[in-house]
Amino acid sequence: MSDTSRTIKVDALARVEGEGALHVSIKDDQIEAVKFRIFEPPRFFEAFLQGRHYSEVPDITARICGICPIAYMMGASQAMENSLGIEVSGDLQRLRRLIYCGEWIESHVLHAAMLHAPDFLGLDDALQIAKQNPELVNDALQLKKLGNDIMDIVGGRAVHPVNMKVGGFYKAPKKSQLEALLPRLEWALESSRAIALAFAEFDYPDLEQDYTCVSLQHPEEYAINRGQIVSNRGLVIDLEAFLQHFSEEHVAHSNALQGSFQGGKPYLVGPIARYNNTQSQPSDNARQLAAECGLGAVVNNPYKSILVRMIETYYACEESIRLIQEYQQPEQSSVEAPTVAGEGYGCTEAPRGICFHRYQLDSEGLVKLATIVPPTAQNQKQIEEDLRAIVEKSLEMPDDQLTWRCEQTIRNYDPCISCATHFLKLTIERN
Amino acid sequence: MSATDWLIIGIGNRLRRDDAVGPLLADRLAKQHLQVEEHSGEGMGLINAWQNHDHVILIDATQSGATPGTIHQIDAIEQTAPSELFHYSSHQFGLAEAIEMARILEQLPKKLYLFGIEGADFSYGEELSPQVQRALDQVESQVLAHIESN
Repeated sequence: MSDTSRTIKVDALARVEGEGALHVSIKDDQIEAVKFRIFEPPRFFEAFLQGRHYSEVPDITARICGICPIAYMMGASQAMENSLGIEVSGDLQRLRRLIYCGEWIESHVLHAAMLHAPDFLGLDDALQIAKQNPELVNDALQLKKLGNDIMDIVGGRAVHPVNMKVGGFYKAPKKSQLEALLPRLEWALESSRAIALAFAEFDYPDLEQDYTCVSLQHPEEYAINRGQIVSNRGLVIDLEAFLQHFSEEHVAHSNALQGSFQGGKPYLVGPIARYNNTQSQPSDNARQLAAECGLGAVVNNPYKSILVRMIETYYACEESIRLIQEYQQPEQSSVEAPTVAGEGYGCTEAPRGICFHRYQLDSEGLVKLATIVPPTAQNQKQIEEDLRAIVEKSLEMPDDQLTWRCEQTIRNYDPCISCATHFLKLTIERN
Repeated sequence: MSATDWLIIGIGNRLRRDDAVGPLLADRLAKQHLQVEEHSGEGMGLINAWQNHDHVILIDATQSGATPGTIHQIDAIEQTAPSELFHYSSHQFGLAEAIEMARILEQLPKKLYLFGIEGADFSYGEELSPQVQRALDQVESQVLAHIESN
């Protein structure tokens, strides 16, 4: 296809969270522009947190997202604890990791099985998967419910939990409540494994990218809710240095700030970044499952993020079992905090990647400044790079297939557009 | 069958004006000692919510272009739930998809009845449009009448 102008257009991207669009223009087989647009209105969370007491912030930031509220609650809590000079450890730390595992399970399974898998099967939606493979979809439903139930038991409610606070929890669950989940978690190891192996049979588009992978890293564990920020290019920094290395800029075509690294370069956060940066983790069994799924030590094909999500789901089930077995109900459900002025940083691995928080507090504990950098904002630039690369390789495709491929590419990122608005209409213009 | 055998699920977001009609009706029906649950409308979660119940009523706001305040009633066991009535973000796996998914997976309750109330305004805020506000009493009595006659 040459000396033609092409416009391929999707006005509202499906099976992603939030409102957005994509515009690709191609002239004489050359890509002129790729714009990933987020037009969901900005919600000004950072502005209306100012003047609020630090203790209110986790419950307010939870409302940024109905799928990954834990990322916001815990990042905010951590940042406040950092500012106030307290530390949450032991069984309270176990509970935090456990509820986060619950969020990974429910978020990953919803995206992988219901929203992303249809792309690989040439199906329009998950209903068609259910007709072809009801057992798989039933398992996915039960897995997601398990993730939600973990969040419910630890957090008091599955969506926007109410039991989490700066310093820990309002009430620590009894060990017996958590132990009741163990038989289902044992089942979940098998079912998440079966889904991962089924997805490994998909026909993956051929695309390898040289990603700058950015994630948390912790010496003792596959980092979820603590650690330093690292990249596969040798960066190792404490949280307070994040804003010196990573920046956000406004681009005219998007309501979400775009994240960039070292003055404008794209970078990748999320399951693939975590997987690539933690070679010896998550666990022997999870690595074994990854090998059985055909994944090497490093994954550079963005479409295989669906597999990494299922490996992480398996791992989160394994980890939940371990955490529950080790847990003893603590006498104190939270650590008391003094009210002092200061600045604090928090960062956790939301299902879609690192979610960074910074707050400044005055001497009454009121927020003077809030900065929240969600994962989808950070991935926007890399999404555009992936789109450019796959469109270049797929110019021979007719417009409808190319549009499908572009949407699939965006869904690799499980973009949470309402979080980033800080989302998708797709236009491919061939001039 | 007694009224307590029924689970009423009020679907919507209380902070998006007319979208709150499902949760608000659930509040009213809870006062009538019915078992109610509030839900965002996310499809997988909905299937989970009705899994252990034989008799379920779903109440949700609709956006079909009908006159605001119009009450749609659908027997979801007998007929397909039209996805153009029930929008759920761009995830496109909402109420209508959940019902059809559950039908395929044989996970529908024995009785599943849907009340949809046509909304006018889904912007940020807590106040219902006057037409939707006026429909509340009528929907409440229709739900109660449905439970009584089934």
